[in-house]
Amino acid sequence: MRERVVVAMSGGVDSSVAAALVVRAGYEAIGIAMRLWEPAGGELAGRSGCCSLDDFLDARRVAHLLGMPFYVMDFRDEFRQAVVAPFVEEYASGRTPNPCARCNRFVKFGALWHRARELGASAIATGHYARLVMEGGEPVLRRAADRGKDQSYFLFSVEGERLRNLLFPVGELTKAEVRETAAALGLPVAAKPESQEVCFAPGRAHGALVAQLAEPGRVRPGWLVDERGKRVGRHDGVHTVTIGQRRGLGLGGGRRQYVIAIDAETAVVRVGSRDALVAAGLEAREANWLVPRLPVPGTRLTVKVRSRHSGAPATVLDVRPEGFRIRADEGLLAVTPGQAAVLYDGDRVVGGGWIARALGPEEVGEG
Amino acid sequence: MIYLDHNATTPVLAEVVRAMLPFLERDFGNPSSAHRLGSNARCAVEEAREQVARLIGGEAAGVIFTSGGTESNNLAIEGVARASGRPGHVVTTQIEHSSVLAPLARLEREGWEVTRLPVDEEGRVAPEAIAAAISPATRLVTIGWANNEIGTIQPIDRIGAICRARGVPLHVDAIQAAGKVKIDCAAADLLSLSAHKIGGPKGIGALWVRPGLRLEPLLLGGSQERGRRAGTENVAGAVGFGVACALASRRLQAVARLAELRERLWEALRDLPGVRRNSPLRGCLCNTLNVSFCGFSADALVAALDLRGIAVSSGSACAAGASEPSHVLRALGREEALARDAIRFSLGPETTAAEIDEVGAAVRSIVCARGERLAGGTHA
Repeated sequence: MRERVVVAMSGGVDSSVAAALVVRAGYEAIGIAMRLWEPAGGELAGRSGCCSLDDFLDARRVAHLLGMPFYVMDFRDEFRQAVVAPFVEEYASGRTPNPCARCNRFVKFGALWHRARELGASAIATGHYARLVMEGGEPVLRRAADRGKDQSYFLFSVEGERLRNLLFPVGELTKAEVRETAAALGLPVAAKPESQEVCFAPGRAHGALVAQLAEPGRVRPGWLVDERGKRVGRHDGVHTVTIGQRRGLGLGGGRRQYVIAIDAETAVVRVGSRDALVAAGLEAREANWLVPRLPVPGTRLTVKVRSRHSGAPATVLDVRPEGFRIRADEGLLAVTPGQAAVLYDGDRVVGGGWIARALGPEEVGEG
Repeated sequence: MIYLDHNATTPVLAEVVRAMLPFLERDFGNPSSAHRLGSNARCAVEEAREQVARLIGGEAAGVIFTSGGTESNNLAIEGVARASGRPGHVVTTQIEHSSVLAPLARLEREGWEVTRLPVDEEGRVAPEAIAAAISPATRLVTIGWANNEIGTIQPIDRIGAICRARGVPLHVDAIQAAGKVKIDCAAADLLSLSAHKIGGPKGIGALWVRPGLRLEPLLLGGSQERGRRAGTENVAGAVGFGVACALASRRLQAVARLAELRERLWEALRDLPGVRRNSPLRGCLCNTLNVSFCGFSADALVAALDLRGIAVSSGSACAAGASEPSHVLRALGREEALARDAIRFSLGPETTAAEIDEVGAAVRSIVCARGERLAGGTHA
């Protein structure tokens, strides 16, 4: 019997081509679209975007074209608990969450994996841009061939043992090649536009969502203060700002001012110069390691502190199973609590953790 | 493929297809045309109207062909409401089909009052509760003869007697009941039917209206259906529907045996962990068995069965096809998990005992395999 593989299909071009490649590789492919969230405006409203009827229809048509069985399944409870609730809590606590990484760990490669097992599947395939290769009998997660599209950052928290059950078929392709493949196969989604935002809070809608879902009184307007503590403006709540933010603060002209610190307790947001945004290192918690042996202090790696960050050279200060501290060789701009710090050895993902705080020069053995 | 989803739709009967084909291929005329092609079509539609009326024991003149059950329910509710002019009051239950509940919700937004009566844990509404809910402002009572999800049959005769005594028209949604129980429209003033639930084609249904009852049309622009539903008739559809109705009366005997097969299926499932029967033991459509497997996602079970060539439905599904907590099961007092993890097996006249045994074994092996995996604690 052929090996059965569940393909997580969103209706987008990447997961559609992933499905096609799984079929081409000879697996028995089963498409599953995950209903994760209720789009605003009632039952599966909206022409596009998260979990809209149109996206599910696109996925269904692609699966039909590829001759795969296809099912839409309800994961709204799991998504609410594992992704949306922590998202709200993080923003309300003055941090800037990364919901995609949590979704990957708990929903796609958690809840969906268990569902896939119930259907007798031995693996899950997704449209993520990342490469998974077996080296010496061990699965190794690497950056995608298309560096501009690489999504390995969002995959750092996947359980190590789960890697054996994952397939990222488009990880070897560039986005252009993915679109070409889709067009060559006549998939109706070949030219479909990209979605890169937080799927359940597109645009700048996350502020309203957090305000709506947080406990009453949890988020409130507060003061913007400068580096000397002088009140220079107002903000609508700590959940509406992020470390490094410059635009939308209402501070007018003059010197460029950035958000440099957020205190959820007092609802005070500190702004300052770009220099004040530079950290000497960072401390991360809830680490997840994708290598058999943890890196030892002194190991030189590359760290990425947000998804669009190209990476910076860093040295490991200390590592415990649950957390780590690193020193950045040339400093890190806008280290943002709540985001992930992902460590790379070349293009291999070593592991990562959630940023707890930035470290100053004195904390990394400098200055 | 073993098809146990007859409450969703039924295969079109061969006789129905044969009867329809001439009206697609040869007699394509418009029934309103004066020439022979038109006349042929007109006579076919009227013959079909009589066949539909015969199934429910009503006058052919009361039959309005519609695009299906949903339009029939909408026309009954909207048609009576518009004819009554000022906003009034409607009585219904919490477990009606959404093609009844949604038009009622719109009336509510337009100033009408709607009483949605609760049901007991078998899904049955108390006729006394209907009597108590009727007020001088009540313009309509609308009750489903049998529930599509769980199969509960309502005491329509008693409800009809109450409505008649109080002078309130009763609309009965008989879409799921037709073809499975004997339908007599005597208790009702309006009655909805759908062709594709009884071996007819999709896209045609009927609303029977007691002669003399005032009904405002929804579709305007032609005198078809005695001015109550404008639009060129779906001739082939009506012909197929008529034949399906004629066959349904004859097939009632064959359908009754399905109760035995349904219980055979229940026997195969009843000792599975977390199983809960949602369909009532008595007073249930003979073909319907709704079961919750507590903790086992209906989505997963539907998919796993489909991969084995067995077609069933989750209790309630969203527009995209994912399972959702059923408002019917919630009304029965089931907690949310049970209300979402419900599976509906709906048998048809062609269902065999061998198929039932295969389905029972498949469900057992899927549910038990998962139990073993959980017990073993192996996730990899």
